[in-house]
Amino acid sequence: MRLFAALLSNLDLTNKTNERIEVILQYFNSATDIDKLWTIYILSGNKIKRQFTSTQLRTWAIELSGLPQWLFEESYQSVGDLSETIALLLPKNNTHSNYTLHEWVQKIEFASKLDEPQRKEFLSNAWNQLDAGERFAFNKLITGGFRIGVSQKTIINAISIFTNISANILAHRITGKWHPTTISFHELIFEDRIHTDISQPYPFFLAYPIENDVAELGEAIEWQTEWKWDGIRGQMIKRKNELFIWSRGEELVTEKFPEFQLIKNILPDGIVLDGEILCYTDNHPLPFQILQTRIGRKNVTSKILKEAPVIFMIYDMMEFNGEDIREKTLSHRRSLLNQLQIHKPLLLSKEIQFDTWGDLTVIRERSRENFSEGIMLKRKSSNYQVGRKKGDWWKWKVDPYSIDAVLVYAQKGHGRRANLYTDYTFAAWNNENKLVVFTKAYSGLTDKEIQEVDAFIRKNTLEKFGPVRTVTPQLVFEIGFEGIALSSRHKSGVALRFPRILRWRKDKKIEEANTLADLKILLDIDK
Amino acid sequence: MPQQIFKMTDKGIYIPGADIYIDPWKPVKRSIITHAHSDHAHTGNENYLSHHITKPILKYRLGENINCTSVEYGEAFFINGIKFSLHPAGHIPGSAQIRIEENGNVLVVSGDYKLENDFVSGIFEPVKCNTFISESTFGLPVFKWKNQTEILEEINIWWKNNIDQNKTSVLCGYALGKAQRLLKNIDTGIGKIFAHGAVFNMNEILRNAGVEIPSAEKISSELNKEDYKNALILAPPSVIGNRWLNKFNPYSIGYCSGWMQIRGNKRRQAVDRGFVVSDHADWDQLNKAIKLTGAETIYITHGFTSSYVKWLNENGFDAHELETEFAGEAITDDEEKENISV
Repeated sequence: MRLFAALLSNLDLTNKTNERIEVILQYFNSATDIDKLWTIYILSGNKIKRQFTSTQLRTWAIELSGLPQWLFEESYQSVGDLSETIALLLPKNNTHSNYTLHEWVQKIEFASKLDEPQRKEFLSNAWNQLDAGERFAFNKLITGGFRIGVSQKTIINAISIFTNISANILAHRITGKWHPTTISFHELIFEDRIHTDISQPYPFFLAYPIENDVAELGEAIEWQTEWKWDGIRGQMIKRKNELFIWSRGEELVTEKFPEFQLIKNILPDGIVLDGEILCYTDNHPLPFQILQTRIGRKNVTSKILKEAPVIFMIYDMMEFNGEDIREKTLSHRRSLLNQLQIHKPLLLSKEIQFDTWGDLTVIRERSRENFSEGIMLKRKSSNYQVGRKKGDWWKWKVDPYSIDAVLVYAQKGHGRRANLYTDYTFAAWNNENKLVVFTKAYSGLTDKEIQEVDAFIRKNTLEKFGPVRTVTPQLVFEIGFEGIALSSRHKSGVALRFPRILRWRKDKKIEEANTLADLKILLDIDK
Repeated sequence: MPQQIFKMTDKGIYIPGADIYIDPWKPVKRSIITHAHSDHAHTGNENYLSHHITKPILKYRLGENINCTSVEYGEAFFINGIKFSLHPAGHIPGSAQIRIEENGNVLVVSGDYKLENDFVSGIFEPVKCNTFISESTFGLPVFKWKNQTEILEEINIWWKNNIDQNKTSVLCGYALGKAQRLLKNIDTGIGKIFAHGAVFNMNEILRNAGVEIPSAEKISSELNKEDYKNALILAPPSVIGNRWLNKFNPYSIGYCSGWMQIRGNKRRQAVDRGFVVSDHADWDQLNKAIKLTGAETIYITHGFTSSYVKWLNENGFDAHELETEFAGEAITDDEEKENISV
């Protein structure tokens, strides 16, 4: 565990990509293949099966620390991370074990066979054999919450340097469903699995937001444009007469969308499609919230199938007749798509016809009427690339909705903002001239502004409810969001999509903040 | 129940019997200053009283013409029949706890303190009292410091590694207290040490006041990049993210603060390394210090005040919160506002 813990803490020491790659390389140079495999698995966002609940961890850690529960909770509030809090509060270990990462994983998985008292004993013993840094890594392992800010790109680049295999090939190899117990490091990295693993998806090509004037993209004729849809990016794979659906989060979500099985027989074999999963009725997509609610449900009932039917809006094709066609041009891939028989729940993302950039600018203004969040621009001559790359794919979203709101509640952040009040709740005026809470919003302020707001909150707290403080209504912020829908769960009656702080309106008094009525006008536009 | 020696006012902690304030945050006639950090030593008082070492710092920071009397640790003086004396707080050079005795009843106002000997700040002296006023900047059990030798070794290793990678080491900590503590305890054999103007000036003042610290050359525009190669630069935290750092490129920047104990705080700072070095008591030290005073009544000022008070009450103390404007150790740099173009 020492090597793995050192890897995590060394990754923490720097936020420069090159240095992080260097740190991973150092680890690869000293770790065994099986540990490397587990590390790649875990850093790629996979989790080992959870054997302990947070409550068990808390309860047993509190017992071992000898602290009252409320003090443990206060500490957790301040630290913002359960694994770290436990690592800091446990008494010093008095022995030390030399088990490495995969040995600990084995032991943790073995815990599924243990009863509760045995589990407790296992955990107490484990903690007592690990130093503070190792405990943190161990706790992260058993809680499955690795958010250490290493991107897939960084990991792939490190493996690429280590093995001398190109990053694009590696990206494909480590994408999809694999498990360290059924594959070796060598098989994963040095062999193509496409013949053995028929579900294996391709890495997605992702667009950057457009930064400059569109006219700078060159000739309009060189670009294919489509509406940008707000659903879940997905990949539909049919190989050996089996259909698989992957989400962008590299999760196999086939079971969540039984509708798609109906088209299995229509699709030719050996095909991989890139597209968007959308809830869709009456020829238009439904708000994202409906899809989100559907995904959150454990079982897909007939009621859900009726109320929130999904379609797969095809954007692109990566494999045809069992052949990887990502190196072909977009025009070529599109022409193959045009020859495809397409029936609902499949739809082909329409190309927007336009002659000049000026025309497109006008068309973009109508995005919301078309239930879309903007426009995608794709270079016709481009191949299908890996990950987020600048140059050939751009997203050109419409400006967010915005509304001025009053800060009324605040709570401390988590992780790197654990000591500052960074989670804010905002209110708008109702028709009785009272402030009604309607949204939370987090990011969007500079560090300096966050400190200023933090100081304001500390000096202007009206009441404390556990970690939440109510604050004298005085500060006004402009809140941006992508969409709005009716909601029975919120007092205000509305729910926002992607709310975030656009800026601090120091020039505005609270009387000048918007009203709920203003919000409801947006509701009519955003249907 | 003996009568309360102090009273809280909107100007600060007040001793009515002697008509004097301790670390007031608004201008008053007479004040005693525990130490010269800016949240404890404010401008505008007619009279200041402090330890000998604190006096020149006050003059430097608040103005040469302030009216300041100074005393030695343990030297008793009387105001209106009330007995006062200053005792080492171990926080920074010149820092003092104020002992106040009225009719056999003893109050100690500790200001900021720590128990570990850092070899520049004097050694914290437990003072028996009935009432003890304490900070709680790090009053949560997640804050437990490693001993100084161990942390300084981490810093020494970091410096050596930077030399191997041809990088200059920039080490940040408060110009008053932390910088001298680092300078005193770091391995000066590793390479040359330079000081930012703010640190350099403070070093001079403290050296003149009798604090023994190794020398560190002042950063100046006459020196060039070659001079800083392999060197360690001591600087206040206000340089973090500032263009001032450019002249040391390539460099690695480290930040010394108790807050660096928490991973999130470390990542928040735009620094390469966080070292857990604090001039405040950690959880164990706070509990130990309070126990050693034997006080039956405890007042907690700044920090994790409410939870620490609750903890003390659950452990048999009569503890209360005391609302002050002291800031303790800022996560970011509120303390040092020196002109960084020095």
